[in-house]
Amino acid sequence: MSAVIHLEEIHRIYHTGEVDVHAVRGVSLEVEKGEFVALMGASGSGKSTLMNILGCLDRPTKGRYLLDGKDVSGLGRNELADIRNQKLGFVFQNFNLLSRTSALENVELPLFYSKKPLHDRDAKEMAEDALRLVGLEGRVGHHPSQLSGGQQQRVAIARALINRPEVVFADEATGNLDSRTSIEIMEVFQKLNEQGITIVIVTHELDIAKYAKRNIVLRDGRVLSDEPVTERLDAVEELKKLIEAQQAVQLEP
Amino acid sequence: MKLGNTITISFRALRRNKMRSILTALGIIIGVAAVIAMVSIGNGAKFQMESQIASLGDNVILVFAGNWSPGGVRSGWGGAGTLKVEDALAIKREIPTVTAVSPEVRGNAQLTSAGENWSTGNLLGESADYLDIRQWPLAQGAAFTEQDIRTSSKVAIIGQTIATQLYGDECPLGKILRIKNVPFLVTGVLTPKGLNLMGQDQDDIVVLPYTSAMKRVTGGTNLRGINVQGAKQSDLAATKDQIVSLLRQRHRIGPQKEDDFTVRTQEEIAKVATAQTDVMTALLGAIASVSLLVGGIGIMNIMLVSVTERTREIGIRMAVGAHGKDILLQFLIEAAALSSTGGVIGIILGIAASKTVSGITGWPSLISVSSIMLSFLVSSAVGIFFGFYPARKAAQLDPIEALRFE
Repeated sequence: MSAVIHLEEIHRIYHTGEVDVHAVRGVSLEVEKGEFVALMGASGSGKSTLMNILGCLDRPTKGRYLLDGKDVSGLGRNELADIRNQKLGFVFQNFNLLSRTSALENVELPLFYSKKPLHDRDAKEMAEDALRLVGLEGRVGHHPSQLSGGQQQRVAIARALINRPEVVFADEATGNLDSRTSIEIMEVFQKLNEQGITIVIVTHELDIAKYAKRNIVLRDGRVLSDEPVTERLDAVEELKKLIEAQQAVQLEP
Repeated sequence: MKLGNTITISFRALRRNKMRSILTALGIIIGVAAVIAMVSIGNGAKFQMESQIASLGDNVILVFAGNWSPGGVRSGWGGAGTLKVEDALAIKREIPTVTAVSPEVRGNAQLTSAGENWSTGNLLGESADYLDIRQWPLAQGAAFTEQDIRTSSKVAIIGQTIATQLYGDECPLGKILRIKNVPFLVTGVLTPKGLNLMGQDQDDIVVLPYTSAMKRVTGGTNLRGINVQGAKQSDLAATKDQIVSLLRQRHRIGPQKEDDFTVRTQEEIAKVATAQTDVMTALLGAIASVSLLVGGIGIMNIMLVSVTERTREIGIRMAVGAHGKDILLQFLIEAAALSSTGGVIGIILGIAASKTVSGITGWPSLISVSSIMLSFLVSSAVGIFFGFYPARKAAQLDPIEALRFE
């Protein structure tokens, strides 16, 4: 089976108080290795819930989820934690970096919880490699408060990459960033995808979704549409266009 | 997940919140320091008590007039006039294991000498054996003799304090000391002993032949007590029994009646005294332990706040693969590190504090290794005990909820 993600009739029902909330109502889909998927939908469409299930932070109430060929829908807390550690990487909207902790130490974090024993020196090297991959080799010792939003998100991406995951999940990763930084972050994702890393992003912004290769739209907990992106945006070109436009109105020297 | 990693993580977290870490540890620091200081002062008191009792002399049995056993007539030390010089002489004569006896009278008197004067409460009348029994050597001069006892001669041995007070830098030997206006010749000066545990000056003392003291100073024929020296440590209990039966016989006390005197061996006195200091040490330690407990609760408090404040951090750690037990361990190690570091600093501070206190007040202090070990272990245990509840709370967080926490 070449699908990295294989969902069969996934349901997620929250039992909160008197009313059961049926957030995801039977989603089936497959994501192949090397894909770049954007999960879209209005708020309340179930995309965050589905994302949590995909990211092994939550378990489906019903249905089967095969990750890299392995059924993870019935696993316990600790087993899910191990899956997250070994196979998944996360990038969040609010970066979720440890404050007062250097970029390097933030990136190293997943290695601490890895089952493979690792020398401190190797861990440091891996973290430096990951930071280089996102273009932050000069900011290794900086704390999050000393970094811009875009740089913080790059640190978060480096952290997501350090364990060489099967899939990188990004939940509204550009939601807190301005348009130019957003494109820069998408550039990083596109570059990583070109290197064969499977990427799933959740976004409600149409133009951000256009940097992906495939868009899945959810509504009321079901898949509304699932189509390849026809007019895919290239982040490098978009960035160039934006800079030219900004220069034209003399926002930049 | 290696333990070493968790330790690294814990220490990084503590370093991130330096000020809070220091303040949290402060509770434990003060607690441990208090325990160390209190216990070492208590132990010092015990040590001094023991050495003072040892300074009573070798194989000493003390006989006091009156009975201080529970239920008996309590008239204070030597208050009841039941012991006579003849009793002392009979003990010496009839009990073969007794090597030396000194009948004791005690009084207070005004001392004058060449214009200087001094009032002492420790005017003792003793036999020539007294200094041997007490193992109290003379610094200068000579002790009085059996001859002096027989003739009630007017000779006196004085302690260092009186020598300084009355004669200053001059040599007191051969000088005249007037006791209640009766002139005595100073023949000897005792070696200094310093303060006793109650803070009394042991060198404020005048020793006279008991015959002279009774006849010329204190008046009366009643003894305060009798100092007895036994030949061997092993015979002491038997000797004591013999003294008791001899005195009962001499005082014609019926079989059902209480003794009108009290006999204590040195060992028994030591037992009572150390029991007292043990109680004092335990009490001081207990009071200090309360502050250690409060320190522990402080750790729990801070750790609870810290768990809430760091909910998102916990969420991040869980999202990247931390198990509940990794989080539990991290917070436990943080608590233990705080409390054991606090413990070490507290030990150093406690030692310094007890040295300072004994330096200022003159109380002795004795720092025992066992109290150091114990308070270190207790402080670490306190950290783990009080850190466990917050740590478990952290470990049970749901990663999604934790990540969403603002």
